[in-house]
Amino acid sequence: MMTKPVMDQKPLMLRVTENKREAPDYATLFFDHSLAFRPGQFVMVWIPGLDEKPYTISHHGPHRFGITIEAKGVFSRKAIALTKGDLVGIRGPFGNGFDIQFSQRSAVVAGGCGMAPLATLVEQLPGDTTLIHGARSKDAILFPDRFALAREICTDDGSLGHKGLVTDLLERRITDGGSLDMVYACGPEIMMYKVFQLCETHGIPCQVSLERYMRCGFGVCGACVCGKQVVCKDGPVFGSEALREMKDFNKKALLKSGREVDLSLYFSWRCR
Amino acid sequence: MGIRFLHRTLKNPTVLASGILGNSKDILERVHEAGCGLVTLKSIGPEPRDGHNNPTVIDLGCGLINAVGLPSPGYLNMENEWAELEHRDFPIIASIYGGSVDEYRRVAEYVSSKKPDFIEINISCPNSEQHGMIFGINRDSSRAVVSAVKKAISVPLIVKLTPQAPDIADIARTCEDAGADAICAINTVGPGMVIDIESKRPVLAFKKGGLSGPMIKPIAVRCVFDIYKAVSIPVIGLGGITTGEDAIEMVMAGAELVGIGTAVRYRGIEVFQKIADEMEAWLSQRNLTLADIKGAAHKEGE
Repeated sequence: MMTKPVMDQKPLMLRVTENKREAPDYATLFFDHSLAFRPGQFVMVWIPGLDEKPYTISHHGPHRFGITIEAKGVFSRKAIALTKGDLVGIRGPFGNGFDIQFSQRSAVVAGGCGMAPLATLVEQLPGDTTLIHGARSKDAILFPDRFALAREICTDDGSLGHKGLVTDLLERRITDGGSLDMVYACGPEIMMYKVFQLCETHGIPCQVSLERYMRCGFGVCGACVCGKQVVCKDGPVFGSEALREMKDFNKKALLKSGREVDLSLYFSWRCR
Repeated sequence: MGIRFLHRTLKNPTVLASGILGNSKDILERVHEAGCGLVTLKSIGPEPRDGHNNPTVIDLGCGLINAVGLPSPGYLNMENEWAELEHRDFPIIASIYGGSVDEYRRVAEYVSSKKPDFIEINISCPNSEQHGMIFGINRDSSRAVVSAVKKAISVPLIVKLTPQAPDIADIARTCEDAGADAICAINTVGPGMVIDIESKRPVLAFKKGGLSGPMIKPIAVRCVFDIYKAVSIPVIGLGGITTGEDAIEMVMAGAELVGIGTAVRYRGIEVFQKIADEMEAWLSQRNLTLADIKGAAHKEGE
């Protein structure tokens, strides 16, 4: 039987081939199936009878891909408990992905599970790329042994690496190591905002990957609008130029009802 | 291709269908800048409502099936949006819905005070006073809601009809008699269902959903054709319009303006300017105007 491709239409039902526990609250679900995909894009993940949510691809090979999930709310707790053989619907990929600048001096800045969408990008970038990774604690550092290139680590509790913020390390890198041509970032929105500000101060272009509540995934329903941008279609990756104009960046987001609220309220709702 | 519609002049005859984008002033402004003549704010309901769980919108290749479930902050929780919309330089339709005549009236009265250019009532909702029967499939309930809303508002009233009505032209005539200033047709077709045969479950979380896009265009054209014959108020025709030629066809059926929704999926937000340009090119190649072709399909023996 010919294998059907994963498409941006009806979900394709795939069986989980492996559930790898990455850290206490993180697991990667692997599927033995091909997927046309660029780093930074996402798929909609359907657990029949429960819900469907957007997730990035954290592992990508010719015949296998993986989705790394942080247990936060009802859906993600159920998702990390899936086991080999369970059926999951996948549709996509959606979104633009990162605009990868190969031959330049670049830095990748990840906060917590923001490492997931950046991992396949890191694997494509040259060996002299700076990789900065922040997390709550040593336990929450995703993929500790995965990359060929060195990683600068910081933790909130100081249990590994620098005790402090990724922006401390990024600023030091810019001051000591000379300027950068591109910074790619994903993590909590406040972190990405600070990375963006730092890049603006130093005249460095950056790209960040945003998160909003989504429904269709392809730019029609409007659930994920952020300023004039449609996050699922125009993003989820936005460059400096778009970020400068995006008045809701690090400020506002829409709840499921469409009600616009402060980002802190949005994130406390999203983690339920 | 400027066009007069009721009391407003629009830059072209394209309309953003309700439920597509439309969640904030910023995005409406972008749609307007992308060439849309008249944009519709997402439907506003009487209470805060989350809508359904996902999957809510699925592309079937020939169009979409959706059961988003009318999410709304509720009409009393939109002060920021109204404050922003007060300083707009483009016309808007505010779409509203309710579950009873009084809910429609209450929402409409409040929304009217915020001075949208038009109010559209979506009468494809189940009528809680008539055991869940849909308002817009029945002459009496359609008349009741239209006349109640019309008395409560001070802007022109558009009534959006459902193709589920057994005789949509009869409903349109009833709405006109009850005070509607324009008709918008059609809402999504169905409901339909898609079952995933591996998990043996309907794909949509709500199980059933409305169909839109190219697969419903012939139904939409037929409905607009029938409505045009039955009423003398203008008709916004929509359902599956993806190209300028689709829009021309809808105008020939009798549409004054053409609504665009699902085509945003296939041609991006730029679809409004593209369709307006394609309509204009089609007309100018034939030395025709929109007025020449409006309702042209109704002429016999020429």
